[in-house]
Order: sequence, then structure tokens, then C-alpha cells
Amino acid sequence: MARIVGGLATSHIPAIGGAIAKGLQKEPYWKPFFDGFDPAREWLARERPDAVVVFYNDHGLNFFLDKMPTFAVGAAPEYRNDDEGWGIPTLPPFKGIPELSWAVIDHLVAKDFDIVTCQEMLVDHAFTVPLKLFWPDDDAPPAVPVCINTVQFPLPSAKRCWAMGKAVGEAIAAWDEDMKVVTIGSGGLSHQLEGQRAGFINKPFDLEFLRSMVDDPEWATQFSILELVEKTGTQGVELLNWLAARAASPGRMRRVCQNYHIPISNTAAATLVLEAA
Amino acid sequence: MALDKAFKEIPGTIVFDAEQARKGYWLNQFCMSLMKAENRARFKADERAYLDGWKLTEEQKQAVVDRDLNRMMELGGNIYFLSKIGATDGKSFQQMAGSMTGMSEEDYRAMMLAGGRRIDGNRRIGEDGDAQRPRKD
Repeated sequence: MARIVGGLATSHIPAIGGAIAKGLQKEPYWKPFFDGFDPAREWLARERPDAVVVFYNDHGLNFFLDKMPTFAVGAAPEYRNDDEGWGIPTLPPFKGIPELSWAVIDHLVAKDFDIVTCQEMLVDHAFTVPLKLFWPDDDAPPAVPVCINTVQFPLPSAKRCWAMGKAVGEAIAAWDEDMKVVTIGSGGLSHQLEGQRAGFINKPFDLEFLRSMVDDPEWATQFSILELVEKTGTQGVELLNWLAARAASPGRMRRVCQNYHIPISNTAAATLVLEAA
Repeated sequence: MALDKAFKEIPGTIVFDAEQARKGYWLNQFCMSLMKAENRARFKADERAYLDGWKLTEEQKQAVVDRDLNRMMELGGNIYFLSKIGATDGKSFQQMAGSMTGMSEEDYRAMMLAGGRRIDGNRRIGEDGDAQRPRKD
């Protein structure tokens, strides 16, 4: 049986992709963020997971306003990146693992989640940046993308994202392969990119959220989406991806490492690695 | 069922709900076309002619030409998609976000380096936070 050995999470600001492409990781502006990945990579080198499930939100590259699924699961042999207009080089394709994708899809539908399935799927920076951060040498294990709409309201509630992530975890645990799996939550933490309130950051909330991820992971599900907008900024709601990734192994987890740094661009950037307790 | 407009209580914020998504559909479509290098080149060569190829309202076209991101937001733009205009202009996301706040680029950058916009006064309309000046509504 497959088992989840860890839950990872990190922010996915497009500029991070630019910094990687330009090799700026040790520059003073970027160093406090990138240095947070050293212990994460050491842990990954020890654990060597066989597959990764990435919970993220697409920003229009694959799902635009013409078709906007609330939840979508990729089931492709590979996932291509494409030009998002940032002037950042397009990345080589990421390997998929359709067998695990379909195990997840089967279980989600059996559990009454009416998901969209994608045998072709472009992946944007929210998928690629975390994989490049955790596996800078392009040796990320094959991936299952799980996309959550955090762009066009109405968004799924925190409770619903938790339940979906939990069901994904059940699917992994029931998958009849001897494989080690990690989940990734992509995005956040607090940030707001528009309006007079742009630049809004809520450090006390973020720190409480990071604390809750370890031993009280359903804490943030008490909040409505609008409460999350108020507390974390319009784009801070990306923490829904963190919740779903954490819900895949809902019991207690041990913190391997954590990093929190303000700012990267407009965002409170955070990285977290938890391992199965 | 009436749309839930409770977000109007959050200052300096436009939530991208159904009303905005419908109003801004083609504005956002135009923005996403700028992900392709050849479209960026065509837009830069003649902005007006390129915009006329899309089903934007006159107000939306003018807001694009003026690079007035707050106005584009009011007219249905979504910042994730509007950011493609900034990228075409060679602007960073921080420059774009800062341009909506009434602050200078330097002041906004300094605010972010100092920990970001403060929470107090910026949760609800009617508080005295800096996100409520200048108010347009």
C-alpha cells in the first residue's frame, strides 16, 4: 500500500521563477526565502518520495474564465508549462503518474466530489515553482496536479477543501502500490495584489495558521471565504491549497522545518515541511 | 438569489465575483492574449488597433490605454489577468500592485520591506486605516 510520508507547502510568487532562472538565490533580497529550502531538500533526499500530489490554483493558463472548475485532477503522462507572459523561460515538461491520478479520481467521485478530469493539462507557476523549489535539480518525482479554484468566486469553502484533501489522502492510502507519496500545498500566505489595500499582510494570522498545520490542522476551516479575504487578503485565500494538502494525512504530523519571510514581492512567503508522526 | 456583497465591507478591495467576472470577461480575455509573444508585439506596435480587435467597452479600452488598474478592476478585470499588461510593459507585480494604492513606487516598496500594510484599520470600511484613502465610492 502507498503511504504519505510528508506534507510540504510553499508560496508560488511568479518572481520566484524569475529569480531561479537568473540564479539570484543568494542575493540579499532572495536569500532569506531560498535558504529555507535547505532543510527541506535534506529531508527529501533522505525520504526519496516516489510521487507527489500538488494542490494549487491555476491563474488562467489551463483554466480561464471560459471554463472554471472548482476542483480538477490531472491524469496525464506529462504536464507542460507554457509562456505566462512574465519573460521567464518555459520549463521542460513534468512527469505525471496516471495510475495514481486515476486512483485519486475514482475515490473522489466515489466520495461525491464532482471533479473535472484532465488527460491534457498545462501547468502554470503555481504548480511549477514549488516543484522547482523543492527539487532544484529537476528530479521531482512524478506528479498528480489537483487544481482548486481560488480565482473566480464563489470559491469552495475551507471545509470543503479540507474534505477533498482528506479524500485524496484516503485514495493514496488505499492505492495498491508500495510507494512513498508527499503532498504539496502551493500559494499564500497573506497577500493582496490589488486595490488601495494592496500590500496587506497579516503576520499574526499567518503564524497562527503555520502553528495550526502541525497539531490543529482544521483550525482554519472555521473561517468563511470572506473572513479569509478579510484576514489574509484577496489572494491569501490560496491557503486553501495548504489545507487540502494537509488534510491528506489529517492526523498529527511532526514539523521538519518552517520558514516565514516578508516580503517576496507583495507576499508573506512561507515554507513548511511536515512528516508523518 | 441575491449575490452576497458582504465583501463590500472590506476596504480597498474588489472581490472577483460573478458580477465582475461577467463584466470583465473580454477585458480579461484580451489580457490573457498577451501571454503570447507575437500578441505582445502587436499590442505594443498599435495599442488602440489591437484593443479594437476585442469586444471591450470603450471605458475598458480607455482604462487599458491609461494603465489605470483600479479602473480596470472596477470594470471587471482580475489582477491575475491584468498583470499580463504590466508584464508586457516590463513592470513587476510589486510595481503593478503599488500603482493601485496611491503611494509612490518607493514608498510601497519600503512599506513591503517593513512588513507590509498594517492590519489595524484595514479590516472594515469606516476604520481609519491607510487602505481607505483615497476612497472612490
